[in-house]
Amino acid sequence: MAKFKGAIVVDNEKCKGCGLCVVACPTKVIELNPNVNGKGYHYAWMKNPDGCIGCASCGLVCPDSVISVYKMSVES
Amino acid sequence: MSNIQDITKPEHLVYRKTPLLTDNVMHYCPGCTHGVIHKLVGEVIEELDIQDKTIGVSPVGCSVLAYNYLDIDWAQAAHGRAPAVATGISRLHPEKYVFTYQGDGDLASIGCAEIMHACSRGENIVVIFINNAIYGMTGGQMAPTTLLGQVTATTPYGRDPKLNGFPMKITELLAQLDGTCYVTRQSADTPGAVRKAKNAIKKAFQNTRLQKGTSFIEIVGTCNSGWKMTPVDSNTWMRENMFPKYPLGDIKDI
Ligand SMILES: Cc1ncc(C[n+]2csc(CCOP(=O)(O)OP(=O)(O)O)c2C)c(N)n1
Ligand code: SF4
Ligand code: SF4
Ligand code: SF4
Ligand SMILES: [Mg+2]
Repeated sequence: MAKFKGAIVVDNEKCKGCGLCVVACPTKVIELNPNVNGKGYHYAWMKNPDGCIGCASCGLVCPDSVISVYKMSVES
Repeated sequence: MSNIQDITKPEHLVYRKTPLLTDNVMHYCPGCTHGVIHKLVGEVIEELDIQDKTIGVSPVGCSVLAYNYLDIDWAQAAHGRAPAVATGISRLHPEKYVFTYQGDGDLASIGCAEIMHACSRGENIVVIFINNAIYGMTGGQMAPTTLLGQVTATTPYGRDPKLNGFPMKITELLAQLDGTCYVTRQSADTPGAVRKAKNAIKKAFQNTRLQKGTSFIEIVGTCNSGWKMTPVDSNTWMRENMFPKYPLGDIKDI
């Protein structure tokens, strides 16, 4: 059966750490990084990358459009 | 097990920033609804392939600088007067897609007359109305849309109807006018809501192509700085307090 694996790439320097993507992710992939970017924001990152299904929920709600979403099918 | 580099190849890209958005970093506060709606307007313009045929009119309010973010032609109107400016542009260029982008202070207080008469005349424009129940830009004063009991800089004990009047459902008022063809209220707080809001914006621009009159889209949004909450808490507060007063859905569609 075809299954999907996803991954996101966040533009760390443009992320404002609002946290809206964190609550939008259905599989709890994203957290705010303990480190900060050049503006002092705790940027979003994939804390649990294995959970990503490439659904783009995070990208849809991001006010600053800094998330790119990738999705590929894998045979299980 | 596939590693992240295998997944993040260009051929697997399913979602990215629309090229209609410029690379300028938005000045909005973290989590502000304005950013989400700018993106949706950009995605719709991209999908309809009307970048060189669209003219926006930005308001006074936090979104005054919208022209820095969407790569289309723009005019910037005096406070509340965007519908009047859009009227002129649309009448001179009937082949263009003309829209205004306005906050609730801009549209429902100082610009109340302009929006009423543009909708009454049925100008062939799209109006995108961001209702965050406050004057965001100037530091969080009461707007006509502020809820009863809501604390703002000018209602420190909460909005009192005896002193401050009642919250105004201007979208329902505008739906009564014969010039409006499509009137809807949406939000952008969840992925599903974002998809619906985008469909509404797309339909509105298609109405312009069909010369149907004024399409009016209210977005119930948040101003987390003005409300003095985190962006995530603001969305919860909005769902619990704003949605009962400002229910989502189509109000008119002809
Ligand atoms: C003629 C005039 N009156 C008052 C102001 C001050 N002013 C600037 S923005 C604003 C209200 C903005 O609120 P809103 O339209 O809700 O936009 P938001 O910032 O909340 O998105 C006011 C009263 C002004 N710039 N010009
Ligand atoms: S929604 Fe966007 S800006 Fe907000 S934390 Fe996530 S990636 Fe950063
Ligand atoms: S694409 Fe979906 S699963 Fe992956 S991080 Fe974003 S919201 Fe979570
Ligand atoms: S003040 Fe409010 S409306 Fe203005 S950018 Fe900040 S959150 Fe958005
Ligand atoms: Mg406002």
